[in-house]
Amino acid sequence: MRTSMVRLALGAVAAIVVGFSAQAADLVIGARAEVEMDPHFFWLSSNTAYYRHLYGHLVATDERAQVIPDLAESFRPIDATTWEFKLRPGVRFHDGSTLDAEDVIASFERVRTIPNSPSPYTGNLRGIAETIAVDPLTIHIKTFKPEPLLPGALTTIVIIPSEIAKTAKTPDFKTKKAAIGSGPYKFVSYTPGDKLVLTRNDDYWGGRPYWDSVTFKFIKDDAARVAALLGGDVDLIDFVSPSDVPRLQRDPKTAVHIGPSDRTIYLYLDVGRDVTPYAVDKATGKPLPKNPLKDLRVRKAISMAIDREAMTQKVMEKLATPASQTVPPGFGGYNPDIPVTPYDPEGAKALLAEAGYPDAFGLTVQCSSDRYVNDGKICQAIGQMLARVGFAMKVETMPKAVYFPKATSRTGDSFSLFLLGWGSSASGEADTLWNLMETYDKKTGAGTYNLGNYSNPKLDALIQQATQTLDADKRHAIERKAMAMAMADVALIPLHYQSVIVATRKGLDYTTRADEGTLAMEARPAE
Amino acid sequence: MGVFLIRRVLQSVLVLFLMSLVVFVGVYAIGNPIAVLIDPRAPQEAIDQAIHNLGLDRPLYEQYFFFLGNALAGHLGNSFVFNEPALHVIMQRFPATLELTLSAMVIASVFGLPLGLIAGYWSERPVSRVIMTGSILGFSLPSFWVGLMLIIVFSIELGYLPATGRGATVSVLGVATSLLTLDGLRHILLPAINLALFPMALIIRLTRAGVREHLQLDYVKFARAKGLTNRRILFTHVLKNIMIPVVTVMGLLFGLIIAFAVVTESVFAWPGMGKLIIDSITLLDRPVIVAYLLLTVGLFILINLVVDILYSVLDPRVRLSEDSR
Repeated sequence: MRTSMVRLALGAVAAIVVGFSAQAADLVIGARAEVEMDPHFFWLSSNTAYYRHLYGHLVATDERAQVIPDLAESFRPIDATTWEFKLRPGVRFHDGSTLDAEDVIASFERVRTIPNSPSPYTGNLRGIAETIAVDPLTIHIKTFKPEPLLPGALTTIVIIPSEIAKTAKTPDFKTKKAAIGSGPYKFVSYTPGDKLVLTRNDDYWGGRPYWDSVTFKFIKDDAARVAALLGGDVDLIDFVSPSDVPRLQRDPKTAVHIGPSDRTIYLYLDVGRDVTPYAVDKATGKPLPKNPLKDLRVRKAISMAIDREAMTQKVMEKLATPASQTVPPGFGGYNPDIPVTPYDPEGAKALLAEAGYPDAFGLTVQCSSDRYVNDGKICQAIGQMLARVGFAMKVETMPKAVYFPKATSRTGDSFSLFLLGWGSSASGEADTLWNLMETYDKKTGAGTYNLGNYSNPKLDALIQQATQTLDADKRHAIERKAMAMAMADVALIPLHYQSVIVATRKGLDYTTRADEGTLAMEARPAE
Repeated sequence: MGVFLIRRVLQSVLVLFLMSLVVFVGVYAIGNPIAVLIDPRAPQEAIDQAIHNLGLDRPLYEQYFFFLGNALAGHLGNSFVFNEPALHVIMQRFPATLELTLSAMVIASVFGLPLGLIAGYWSERPVSRVIMTGSILGFSLPSFWVGLMLIIVFSIELGYLPATGRGATVSVLGVATSLLTLDGLRHILLPAINLALFPMALIIRLTRAGVREHLQLDYVKFARAKGLTNRRILFTHVLKNIMIPVVTVMGLLFGLIIAFAVVTESVFAWPGMGKLIIDSITLLDRPVIVAYLLLTVGLFILINLVVDILYSVLDPRVRLSEDSR
């Protein structure tokens, strides 16, 4: 009698324990990038992905990088230089205080005045003349000139309680003291270099988040991250290298989730300088007296010599799509009428001969080796492809710490033909037009990343028009025209669009995001 | 002894100064850290602001003197990436590296010394050959590969041990350590073994060479004639005599693996200083790189000093003052 009572009790306890553990849904993510906890200090796309868990913004971006309401339930321009944002009522921060316009203004102010930032967010607030709280739930933002892309810029500005915005210092955000936001998850603990632990915010205005707790483990090394997933230490890993994909797809315990990224991989050509250092005479090795890249036919020939199909099938292992322009499909300004430049080595040779280079010339192509997916391999493939049409090629790859300072330098020691990748998620449209292809103007900030110094006054006029057009459809039409003009003139050579690759244990579903961010909110158990 | 110490301190200061100069200029020559850190969508004025924030718009010699002035006051600059004192950033991660390297050295010594003694004593037997071949593998196999193999065998295939990370920690005297929890020990076992292989191989070879040399010497013959057991001869007399070279190398190895446990820390995602230095080099976080290297040099100097003092303790014939005659 007693033993059966004991057995019954034990059985009940076991059932309760099993029941509870079945309820506990914890997600452990093996993340490549570490996080800077102060949300106003370091603008980096991996940081902004982390902040979406803890904090809210006026507006956010969805999986296709289009702007959607977040803390602002609606927003519209009320005249050419004023935007109105209406805040959602009843939103609470993790410490219980309610959100109002004061918090927004204080957060903006903190972004403007934060000391010692190596990558400030101030650029996103550049066009703003004044931010006014019309009432506790309505904000008017006055701009110097029409800023059609202001909402996109505001997706990066985190809103924190005004008391914290006024007093907190950067190290405070590593602790409960300052890590207070309005996001779906609350801060539990942060160990530098090791992990970040979050727990569900039951008062989240957007509905009850699925996971009880989310733990990010920072595992920078690609092989170690895959090992952690295979060993069961983590449930999800991001930035999976394409060479690991077949193994993870074959393994019955893991699943791979692939989606389009916002990132276009392309080549810059130095068209600004009269003599470019890396286009040399084959016989003497000295730079050619006249920069051949200034000739449209030479640029076209280089683009035609690249076999984008082979690149995406072999080098990128089918995990990329050939690109016709520097903005991916689905983004504003993408022109579907621009074709992917077909692979035509004979045509390339003919064009080179017509331009006066029947034997081509010596050329060096440079890439980073550790920034974009397979960047070193892409460079080598380009070297081989161009060698086939007659160039005497040299390929140079280097770590990003060495590559980027040189590539972005405007003081003479930059490259002639070099690789970069650009993600358009910040705006959701063809911002490569004014960032990469508009004539560089230090005062207005145009063409900050126009590293080849391409300059086309007709294109500049179209771009200027686009950036002043508040109506989205009209603006996109102008952008399409501008992109067609830029690609016809080979301002840049687009190669392919990257993919976002995330792997999880079997039984989890994950929706990838174009901005390559790893969000716990995109993961849920499989149906 | 006093003169010896003073001379040592002066030499150390000179080495530290030269080191800081070399590293400062070297990292500056690689390039502008802002180009690596800034988000490409930032406009030119944000870039200029960032350059100004980090003091990079001033000429190099001015930046160096600014650094030197602060260094003499004990402040080695703020990390560009974290906006915290560089020393503070490093010290947060120091306990993790220290416990990993201590565990590795303990494993290396506890297994290395006896194996070396056995290999030296029975140097003609097959067991010695096996141990020596094992030691060759120990220092020639790349630790990156060995680490991944350990993970594959013990975490993925057998599932006994976790693949990455540090286990649960408890705070002892204000310092967090994971050695006192079962979870922590499970996490530290594989990385400690991985890190211990290289030192263990060296200790085995050194010990074996020392034992073989000493077994030929007269005092061993006399000890045998006196009737002492083999165990006493080996473990009490021979061991003590061969410790000088072994202790020197162990000291150097300890410094080496503290400073450069990078590979093991990367493979096992161990949150230590090694990972920090690699990340800082990738991001051109100059204050952290300089602070870390100065710390490492200081550590080596300290370890060498301790080893030299240990000499004089272990071998009374050794005098510390250089002009003894």
